[in-house]
Amino acid sequence: MLKDITIGQYFPGNSVVHRLDARFKLLITAIFIIMLFASNTFPGLCIALVFFLIAFIASGLSPKLMVKSMKPIIPVIIITSVLNIFFIEGVPLLSIYKFRITDNGLRTSGFMIIRLIALICGSSLLTYTTSPIVLTDAIEQILRPLSKIKFPAHELAMMMTIALRFIPTLLEETDKIMSAQKARGAELDTGSFTQRAKALIPILIPLFVSSFRRAEELALAMECRCYNGGEGRTKLKTLVSGGKDYLALSISLLFLSAVMLIDVGTIGVA
Amino acid sequence: MIRTEKLTYTYSQGTPFEKTAVNNVDLHIEEGAFVGIIGHTGSGKSTLIQHLNGLIKPTSGKVFIDGEDIHGKNVKLRDVRFKVGLVFQYPEYQIFEETVAKDIAYGPSNMGLSKEEVDTRVKEAASIVGLPDDLLERSPFELSGGQKRRVAIAGVMAMRPKVLILDEPTAGLDPKGREVILGQISEYHRRSHSTVLLVSHSMEDVALYAEKILVMNKGEVFCYDTPPNVFTKADEIAAIGLSVPQVTKVFGLLRQKGIDIRSDVYTVDFAVKTIREYLEQKGRVS
Amino acid sequence: MELIRIEDVTFRYSDISDEDTGADAPKPSEETPPVFEHLDLTIEKGSFTAILGHNGCGKSTLAKHMNAILLPSGGKVYAAGIDTSDESRLFEIRRHIGMVFQNPDNQIVASIVEEDVAFALENMGVEQSVMRKRVDEALDAVGMSEFKEHSPSQLSGGQKQRVAIAGVIAMRPDCIVLDEPTAMLDPAGRREVMKTIRRLNRESGVTIVLITHYMDEAAKADRVVVMDGGKVILDDEPKNVFSNVELLKEVGLDVPQSTQLMYAMKKSGFDTADTHIINENECADYLYELLR
Repeated sequence: MLKDITIGQYFPGNSVVHRLDARFKLLITAIFIIMLFASNTFPGLCIALVFFLIAFIASGLSPKLMVKSMKPIIPVIIITSVLNIFFIEGVPLLSIYKFRITDNGLRTSGFMIIRLIALICGSSLLTYTTSPIVLTDAIEQILRPLSKIKFPAHELAMMMTIALRFIPTLLEETDKIMSAQKARGAELDTGSFTQRAKALIPILIPLFVSSFRRAEELALAMECRCYNGGEGRTKLKTLVSGGKDYLALSISLLFLSAVMLIDVGTIGVA
Repeated sequence: MIRTEKLTYTYSQGTPFEKTAVNNVDLHIEEGAFVGIIGHTGSGKSTLIQHLNGLIKPTSGKVFIDGEDIHGKNVKLRDVRFKVGLVFQYPEYQIFEETVAKDIAYGPSNMGLSKEEVDTRVKEAASIVGLPDDLLERSPFELSGGQKRRVAIAGVMAMRPKVLILDEPTAGLDPKGREVILGQISEYHRRSHSTVLLVSHSMEDVALYAEKILVMNKGEVFCYDTPPNVFTKADEIAAIGLSVPQVTKVFGLLRQKGIDIRSDVYTVDFAVKTIREYLEQKGRVS
Repeated sequence: MELIRIEDVTFRYSDISDEDTGADAPKPSEETPPVFEHLDLTIEKGSFTAILGHNGCGKSTLAKHMNAILLPSGGKVYAAGIDTSDESRLFEIRRHIGMVFQNPDNQIVASIVEEDVAFALENMGVEQSVMRKRVDEALDAVGMSEFKEHSPSQLSGGQKQRVAIAGVIAMRPDCIVLDEPTAMLDPAGRREVMKTIRRLNRESGVTIVLITHYMDEAAKADRVVVMDGGKVILDDEPKNVFSNVELLKEVGLDVPQSTQLMYAMKKSGFDTADTHIINENECADYLYELLR
């Protein structure tokens, strides 16, 4: 059933990674992504991977979870690597009919695969160890300086909060509407593509109607509780950073510089 | 008409959230009966009714409609759903068509009936729930809450199911609205001779309309009997956390006070009659 | 002392019809007749008033006037002494007069219970330490402290509605207006919410205005106002209101079954039957005297 899908999966825990300030975790994740794309050499990439491994081990999460998070992107990985293997010019190693596998192709696609996997693992580590609510707060606080240039940081965060709040409600509702239409003889999983698309109308229209109604009622309820935009708002919980957050940030910066240095040092070789 | 055999359903089997919603239910509901289903939230009544038209597949056990195993080899579930119409709670939220008539026609059209037949059925169903003809071409979204509810109920009635199941059709309505809808359902039952299952939280409503009452508790059938027989167990029903009609409570209190009076009183008229009889017996009638 | 005064108020839906989201509000048509005309009503501080009426009688619309969600087309509404048409004091009004709606799902903003309860306080810019204390107190008052870190989607309807009430009382309002708070709940949820409301009224002195069409709930108030066709047709203590069995049935309402029994007995010749009886205990006491 739809209800069983967990969105923004978060696995509560008490590890160092869980306890890090979410703002720092966001920054560190960004630094990790820079590492991945800044390194053009295998040694550089290895350093980035070592960094991830340390963080992953510190989080105490099971490797199975990481493998599971890979599942949805397997097709993407396969497609990009195939394209890279066959279409990048270089010294041919093997040729089948019109297609040639070149050394450059192999190398680039190898890089691509590692980067993609590491990217997904890195961001999964962030969402697995940070509750979506805290993450939203962190995003709001990081973006807050941008509100000076009229960037709607608070509004964005409020939208994310409400979206998180209503995802389970709307999934449940979708389930209910689907059952109700099935009870009236709707066929949702058979027929041609157009037939199936048509069969979705009786689900989508009620869902939209109810979402609008919910939005209207929620807006009213928020106004009744004195909601007046982000100005002058205080928070029940504020994110606090301490020594360990700065330490973690320093470590990640250290790794980033290492990646950069190795890249510069080995660039001639590659 | 409806028979279940050791029907069991377990949610999220194999996970820490595992919960048996319906447990080993053997049920036999006669053709043409008007059955009230009572039970509190989590008693399994909603899960049970979704088994009866195949929306939920039992974890174990069987469901027979008209003697036919609905998960049997040559049975199409879609046909079962036309035979067993199910009106969900707050059914007005499933309305989607541009006009009332089209929305009511959705079910019958899915059955593959001719246009004329669909039209006849739409008109018939609309009249049962008291929707005037001039509303049929209006957008259902313009109607009042109570009218929308009736459009949705008509949408299922128009399939002319042999069994009509309604999950709390009166939820959120005011007393007048409740009375009107229950009256229409009762009229539909009388005219169509179909089997009607009415899920409700209100003992008062069920007591007034149903010929038989099915009380569910913790995924099991607590009792399935005629209203007078069910209400003789008023104390036990109260003990599993269900509220009995206020008059039933009053008679319970009287018996607690030492008055030897019958306990199966559940309607006002019957209460008056019982009081009169009691006084006559004592030779103290005024 | 009066807390809310509705003075000669007339209201008709016009271009602001989209302001209204009440399930039982009448749909505006081209030439909108007034929902109510020249209506007067005052709510005393500390009282528990039930406003009773069938769907579409204007009770929800009236409730929405009490905290300036709707403004009267004619006449005045004073909430905690403030004219509700004074836009500059809108948030002050909302702080004094809290509002709880029918659908518990559509008034919870945050995905963690305690953060939702804090929502109003965050909006008001309450200082963090004070906020913490008031959130905990509010959760305690509705008996939801143990769920403070839960997600609302894990709660039952009655629990969600109690969270919504906590979110309002965290503002420390003088009054809570509840617009059919139990209409979407099961009997257990309804009992929970009613118990919470009564306790807030008795123990914390919060003024309660309960919009409902459930007679048994109205029977628990100190005062019942019955509306029909935009008019107040009865306004008295519950037992005096419910004794008008015929009038109530005429306007599409019900009376508690105990009152019904008394009424039926009276009609069948038991002259002593008293239709001022509104609950099963009084009813059993009366019958005991008759039958013993």
